[in-house]
Amino acid sequence: MSAHTDTNTGPLEYRSKEGRMNILGFWIFLGAEVVLFSTLFATYAVLFGRTADAPAPSELFEMPMVLIMTFLLLTSSFTCGIAIHHMRRGSLKGLVVWLIVTLALGLGFLGFEIYEFVHYAHEGASLPSSAFWSAFFVLTGTHGLHVLLGISWAVLILIQLRQRGLTPVTSRKVFVVGLYWHFLDVIWIFIFTSVYLIGMVV
Amino acid sequence: MDLLNFLLEDFFVTGQPLIYGAMVSIVLVSFAIVFVLTYFKKWGWLWREWLTTVDHKKIGIMYIIAALAMLFRGGVDALMMRVQLTLPGMEFLDSQHYNEIFTTHGTIMIIFMAMPFLIGLMNYIVPLQIGARDVAFPFLNALSFWSFAFGALLFNISFVIGGSPDAGWTSYTPMAGANLNPGPAQNYYLMGLQVSGIGTLATGINFIVTILKMRAPGMHMMRMPIFTWSTLITSIIIVFAFPILTVALALMTIDRIFGSHFFTLTGEGMPMMWANLFWLWGHPEVYIVILPAFGIFSEIISTFARKQLFGYKAMVYSMVVIAALSFVVWVHHFFTMGAGGAVNSFFSITTMLIAVPTGVKIFNWLGTMYKGRIRFDTPMLWSLAFIPCFVIGGVTGVMLAMAAADYQYHNTYFLVAHFHYVLIAGTVFGCFAGLTYWYPKMFGHKLNEKIGKISFWFFVIGFNICFFPMYFLGLAGMPRRTYTIEPEWMPLNVTASIGAVLMAIGFVIFVYNIYYSFRYSKRETTGDAWDGRALEWATTTPVPFYNFATLPHIDGSEAFWRLKERGGSTYETDKLKPIHMPSDSGVPFIMMALMFVASFALVWEWITLAIVGLIGVIVCMVIRSFDYDDGFYVSVDEIKRTEEKAREGEQ
Repeated sequence: MSAHTDTNTGPLEYRSKEGRMNILGFWIFLGAEVVLFSTLFATYAVLFGRTADAPAPSELFEMPMVLIMTFLLLTSSFTCGIAIHHMRRGSLKGLVVWLIVTLALGLGFLGFEIYEFVHYAHEGASLPSSAFWSAFFVLTGTHGLHVLLGISWAVLILIQLRQRGLTPVTSRKVFVVGLYWHFLDVIWIFIFTSVYLIGMVV
Repeated sequence: MDLLNFLLEDFFVTGQPLIYGAMVSIVLVSFAIVFVLTYFKKWGWLWREWLTTVDHKKIGIMYIIAALAMLFRGGVDALMMRVQLTLPGMEFLDSQHYNEIFTTHGTIMIIFMAMPFLIGLMNYIVPLQIGARDVAFPFLNALSFWSFAFGALLFNISFVIGGSPDAGWTSYTPMAGANLNPGPAQNYYLMGLQVSGIGTLATGINFIVTILKMRAPGMHMMRMPIFTWSTLITSIIIVFAFPILTVALALMTIDRIFGSHFFTLTGEGMPMMWANLFWLWGHPEVYIVILPAFGIFSEIISTFARKQLFGYKAMVYSMVVIAALSFVVWVHHFFTMGAGGAVNSFFSITTMLIAVPTGVKIFNWLGTMYKGRIRFDTPMLWSLAFIPCFVIGGVTGVMLAMAAADYQYHNTYFLVAHFHYVLIAGTVFGCFAGLTYWYPKMFGHKLNEKIGKISFWFFVIGFNICFFPMYFLGLAGMPRRTYTIEPEWMPLNVTASIGAVLMAIGFVIFVYNIYYSFRYSKRETTGDAWDGRALEWATTTPVPFYNFATLPHIDGSEAFWRLKERGGSTYETDKLKPIHMPSDSGVPFIMMALMFVASFALVWEWITLAIVGLIGVIVCMVIRSFDYDDGFYVSVDEIKRTEEKAREGEQ
């Protein structure tokens, strides 16, 4: 019967039926997240240029800071990949170390983002300033909130890894949070190009 | 003193005799429920058997009960509107109260009646149809239900606490914005839909994985029962449509509470963007509530025509096409907003295209009945009434789809008649048909046929008397959402109100039938009440909590029909193995109760309390994350005992 085929080969997280269903469910959830962010991107595109009396984005966006944020997040995606690689090799220590590196990079990203938001607010561009800035803060803020959520979630899983070691369940959880983390990276690439790069030149 | 003032002036809705009456009855009913539960010592039972359950069958039943309650609430709203519109110059409702009532009527019927009713049927039936022991994520399923229940509760208390939203179920901005619509009323709409929307999205994901991964061995996709197919396609629409609603609601909430400018007239916001976002979700939503109904009708027509469903593959593909088209027609809801000829033409054509796959389905139903030996039981009567009524709704829909002509029909009773013809004849008939059809599976006895037929005739005749005149009222210029009528519209409005009363009588008889049948109906001894064709009828009645003791190998479509032909069973003692089942959990209920607190606080813009509630929700998530309960196994002995007992009457 195919319904309960638990195998003993392949990656740990895929061995149980439950693990496979969880991972598929999470992929579908990511599909829904794509729609969610698409809607926010579309909203941003519609409201682009509607800055009212607030400063224009080209006056505020600064390349160096955005580049640092981008490198932090992209690197964290890479280290997250290394963490999963260690998990596949069965190395709990490697997994934990690289996961912590990943989260540290994520925290660095968040720190810069908060600094950026505060800086803009001082320059007169905050959520209520204009339609454009509302769209900007909600789009980037939703992404930032997702990063924060990802970090908190991963911390919980780190604790569980400490308690239980590598099991089909914990490795599934690590794998799923890894998917989430890469997804946030993909969203950031779109934010980097369609918000910051375009915002700087238009 | 300040507190008292606040309570009397803002918190509670005061000054309306109708609402005072409602308050008194809410208090009395609540006391009665508490009293009955305490007197009969049923609190523990309620908690163990229902509030903490993760069983898809019980969750399905809870959905259906809640949906019937919401149908009652929405129906009372409808009757009040009909009273007000019967004669010119009626003063039963003032304009403000009328606005509130058409808003809650629409919102409740779509979000808190139609969807939960269908999701309830899906919950009960789909795992049985595919031979699964539960859905893929039973815990998440409970979470979905409680998010719907608390979302509905939040929306429904608005009329006694704080005031009902009054900007229509579409809540167009800027009218629904903070400037023109201050106070908690509109926030109830936003938070109520947001909370229940989370659950709907989770349901969508849950059913996709369930259907893709948990089918019985041998049941290929093209061997699945058609209702399961409709559920799968509906779930896919949910996953791609609901995040749009989530964002739209969130943006309006942020506009109203935190002062952003998405849909405002100031700060260069764009009020018209709301209409786009709303209908980008709203149109697929229409198909979310119609496709499962199509699935139900297909099952019933095939069973009662005693024939295999005609054009099974065409049925599947037409649903796929409808699902795809549902995402590219949204502008037809606001042709008159003036998007220009090219845009309107595009959406005109895509809208008319939907008639093609829908027409295919109509002919397939007719083809299924052709040369069938039709039995006219109540579920079949609902399905037969559906076809002509729905065609009337569909054809007038094509009329509305022509952008140029729509300038004439737009926002008139012609539109009101159209969407009631598709939603009532499609979704409501479908819900009644499905509930009557699967009732013996759920409760172990049929609904009484005679009373069921009386209820059917009252409802269907009443429906046509109520809504058919509205087409002509619309052509005569009666605008939608008007709270008072002109004298020349009176005769048709009186007719419509008579129809509404007949429908109400039909509904009351339907509910009475539930009571009557519970007392007097013959109990089912086999699991196969209607000589069914799909796998849900292969289980015993009542269905054991693990559904199937053993699963037959599926070697074609109409799994149970084939099983009956070759004399197979879902209880083969030599194949018995312990069955793994999930544990019950109180976390979904508590988590969503806290979510209710948080969103109630947000409705009133009490930010601190909202944060406290949200922290509670997060704590629940953390508890869940550390919960490694792996469920339990049902022993072979217990399965044997359960099955022998359930199968006593059969031999």
